[in-house]
Amino acid sequence: MKLNELTVHELIDKLNKKEINSDEILSALDKRIKEADSKVRAYVRVSQSNVLNPTPNTQHPTPILKGIPISIKDNICTQGFNTECCSKILQGFKPPYDATVIARLKEAGASVLSVKTNMDEFAFGSSTENSYFGPTHNPYDLQRVPGGSSGGSAAAVAADEAVWALGSDTGGSIRQPASFCGVVGLKPTYGRVSRYGLIAFASSLDQIGPLTKDVEDAALLMNIIAGYDPCDSTSVNAEVPDYTRSLGKDIQGIKIAIPKEYFVEGIDKEVKEIVWEAVEKLKELGAQHSEVSLRHSEYAVPVYYLIATAEASSNLARFDGVQYGFRAKNLRPKTKNQLIDMYTQTRGDSFGQEAKRRIILGTFALSHGYYDAYYLRALKVRTLIKQDFDGIFNNFDCIATPTSPTSAFKIGEKTKDPLKMYLSDIYTISVNLAGIPAISLPCGFTKKGLPVGLQIMAKPFNEEMIFRVAHAYEQSTPWHTMRPKL
Amino acid sequence: MNYETVIGLEVHVHLNTKTKAFCGCSTEFGNEPNSQVCPVCLGFPGSLPVLNKTALEYAIKVAVALNCKVQEYTKFDRKNYFYPDLPKNYQISQYDLPLSLDGFLDIQLENRKKRISIRRVHLEEDAGKLIHKQELSLVDFNRTGVPLLEIVSEPDINSPQEAYAYLTTLKSIIEYLGVSDCDMEKGSLRCDANISLRKKGMALGTKTELKNMNSFKSVKDALSFEVERQSELLSKGKSIIQETRLWDAKQAKTISLRTKEEAKDYRYFPDPDLSPFFITKDIIQEIEGSLPELPPQRQLRLIKEYKLSEYEAALITSERDIADYFEECTKIYPNAKAVFNWLSGPMLCELNSRSLKIRELGIKTADLVELIKFLQEGEVTNLVAKEVLREMVESKKTAKQIIDEKGLSQISDKASLEEIADLVISENAKSVADYKAGKTNALMFLVGQIMRKSEGKANPRTVQGILKKKLQ
Amino acid sequence: MAIDKGTVKYVAHLARIELDAKELEKLSGQLQGILDFIDRLKKVDIKNIPPTSHISPIKNVLREDKPRQSLPVGKALENAPDKQGSFFGVPKVIE
Repeated sequence: MKLNELTVHELIDKLNKKEINSDEILSALDKRIKEADSKVRAYVRVSQSNVLNPTPNTQHPTPILKGIPISIKDNICTQGFNTECCSKILQGFKPPYDATVIARLKEAGASVLSVKTNMDEFAFGSSTENSYFGPTHNPYDLQRVPGGSSGGSAAAVAADEAVWALGSDTGGSIRQPASFCGVVGLKPTYGRVSRYGLIAFASSLDQIGPLTKDVEDAALLMNIIAGYDPCDSTSVNAEVPDYTRSLGKDIQGIKIAIPKEYFVEGIDKEVKEIVWEAVEKLKELGAQHSEVSLRHSEYAVPVYYLIATAEASSNLARFDGVQYGFRAKNLRPKTKNQLIDMYTQTRGDSFGQEAKRRIILGTFALSHGYYDAYYLRALKVRTLIKQDFDGIFNNFDCIATPTSPTSAFKIGEKTKDPLKMYLSDIYTISVNLAGIPAISLPCGFTKKGLPVGLQIMAKPFNEEMIFRVAHAYEQSTPWHTMRPKL
Repeated sequence: MNYETVIGLEVHVHLNTKTKAFCGCSTEFGNEPNSQVCPVCLGFPGSLPVLNKTALEYAIKVAVALNCKVQEYTKFDRKNYFYPDLPKNYQISQYDLPLSLDGFLDIQLENRKKRISIRRVHLEEDAGKLIHKQELSLVDFNRTGVPLLEIVSEPDINSPQEAYAYLTTLKSIIEYLGVSDCDMEKGSLRCDANISLRKKGMALGTKTELKNMNSFKSVKDALSFEVERQSELLSKGKSIIQETRLWDAKQAKTISLRTKEEAKDYRYFPDPDLSPFFITKDIIQEIEGSLPELPPQRQLRLIKEYKLSEYEAALITSERDIADYFEECTKIYPNAKAVFNWLSGPMLCELNSRSLKIRELGIKTADLVELIKFLQEGEVTNLVAKEVLREMVESKKTAKQIIDEKGLSQISDKASLEEIADLVISENAKSVADYKAGKTNALMFLVGQIMRKSEGKANPRTVQGILKKKLQ
Repeated sequence: MAIDKGTVKYVAHLARIELDAKELEKLSGQLQGILDFIDRLKKVDIKNIPPTSHISPIKNVLREDKPRQSLPVGKALENAPDKQGSFFGVPKVIE
């Protein structure tokens, strides 16, 4: 096997045995990117960057990662390397600082690639079709989307153009592309991983997380990036366990809740069958499952689209052409005020359609006269959604659901109706609203050969349960060994 | 038609913490533009705020000192608007659950105390500085993120004079706490005013907002102008437009902003990047216990201990350092009246003419006391003593050194004084004649002449006595 | 609830985003659809339910008042579209 096709834990093993060195891994990756990325387009600004010129890992004396490269989504700040959220408004932006997760990776000996993975602009999307640089193509079927917004990271890992990657998840943006691309994607508990350096979409929902080829790599990556950060007031000061210790354990007697609302109308028949098979597999492995109800599930999407857009409208106000990024020149004289024209034209000319839609919706939800009926009401229903989960976790160890109601859809299929696109997040969104951790891992393929994802959720700070159940399932199935035929 | 003036004041105070409210950049004043900034206070993408512990403590101190109810649960909100000096295009402030509510401070009017209620005191971050050139504007973000305390009074203030008293009292309290230097000229204290007029007993009139006042005096002047402007309009049957007016100190009038003001929709919502804060009774009690003696209490004590009058106590306690200096002097030399006279007279004169603070003047308390003693014991005259003081400031020498070096000791021996008196009498026959004819001023003129000849070293009272005797 | 083009235009101005006539038309239609969907939240009984503005139970997060290294001026201005010496330049602000 080529080095770029191995998992990180396999690479660590070979590096420790001095069978290979990190330059060889980079070489293999570079070759693969040159051969596949013109079709997949997982990376952006490739011609502007030198893939083989990543950050040298000089920090830690005995770095665990020994130079293993990691691919980073374009909304995570990497010092000196362009970080643009795949948006025109941030073109050319080079952060003067590293995100905390990047600093930790460097300390652990990672080589951070200077070229970033594609995403929906500002993470607004579920298909990576909203990128300023054009869409990423699903490695399993290039006519289809890889999911979003971390579509680039998921596709890169699936296509062996990355050995592992970081993404971000606000309403499913790690898990849904993981499920569409047949890889593992974890959204940690809110506050588990520092958000410092993650360009914010929705501050109370965002988390950075791993996209990997298998569960063990996800556990390894979490060991490095998780933990308290004094630069992030929402980061929780709780000990980080060694997540790899949760691997290889049996799941005898583990109680799994199956929420009925996730298996009713809207779900693709094939997806439903495949996920049910996965649930039965878990039972075979010794777990027990029962049907439960998450009563307020149907309200998750509207609640999300009020809270997330409200926070986004405020977070994106800073993109105004004053300090960085694109600034409109040759202003059209709309008002008598050049400054206002600069603001409105800089933003009007460079935000994509979805970004404008969300910012305006969010601004509306917060505006005078509508705040109570929309934003405040959404905050209250969020409490109810959280309470639903709290209730379940009193009696169950974890929850299992499909990650997405469908497998990867065709490029352009859902772009005409924003609402249709929003509804593809229906199974992932509640997780962010409740602040709980959840993973998506491959659990089968449709007849068309498209991956399907199984989602496992646990209560806050219980990623260990997720890794335990996910690993047990993974190791008794072949899905994690499958690769697309590119 | 008699109108009642209704004024509310909104004061912003810079807290003198070492670092900014939400990041570790320095709050020092006057350095190269954009040299005290970081991703957080610049609002760079991905940056996050963390609250400065000392800023919170200082805020609670002020709230307690202003008799406010510190809230058990408080949070920060985002105030959203677009402006180039606001890097995130929102300000981290407090909206519906501020740090503290419902306080008061008492101001001293001519013959009574008046209580002004304080609606709220809350914490927020400052914006940057804009400099306007011909074709463009320049932004310096050094000041962005500096912690500000916003203090909002109820509209209990009924005259520009009361407003002035409110501001000076507020300043002295905050200064006593050591949390800000409250200097309007340096910009560490800013004040906006709301003013309306109404007929007594009627509903509140339309208010105008006044901005751009950069001293306590200009606040008073702007309000006085506005009272007149509004009364004139009202008495002519015209209505007041609700607007913002800027004070133009040069022209001594308020000017309308004239821009159509859209009702501002700040879209406040709780800032999800900051944790909420629970301020327990223990924390409040600890801070209450750590407060220094505040001006009202100190005044009462000075009146009691040193037998000062209310006016004298108020003057001495106007600045904490002056009060401290006073008490240090009286410890060395327990003649409170003499010390008071010297501080409130010649010392204050030196301070004002040099625009210095008392600790900057460079006169040790022991040295001032030495000078006061010399005067009290007749070693120098009053006039000479004042000059010695000036010399002490400039040369940094002690009183004794200066008096000895310049031979300024008071001439008290009668013989020398009589000699000078005889000389003056002989040279000023007309004045002598005038005095003898009943003009008492003439005597003072002759005393003055003797003072001149003696270079101020003659004791005026002794001289007077000598003259009177000679001219009987 | 109905959202008309005038409201969308006003909200777009609050958000400082210029929309051309075509965009305004299209966006207004789409936003109406989204709001209609969101209106199902009216069915939920929220009596006595507290709002969740912070999902994790953290409180009193503070830092010591200790100075940290600021950015060099050059780095602060590195990405600026209009550098004016040590300042950021912006179109003339009318006050």
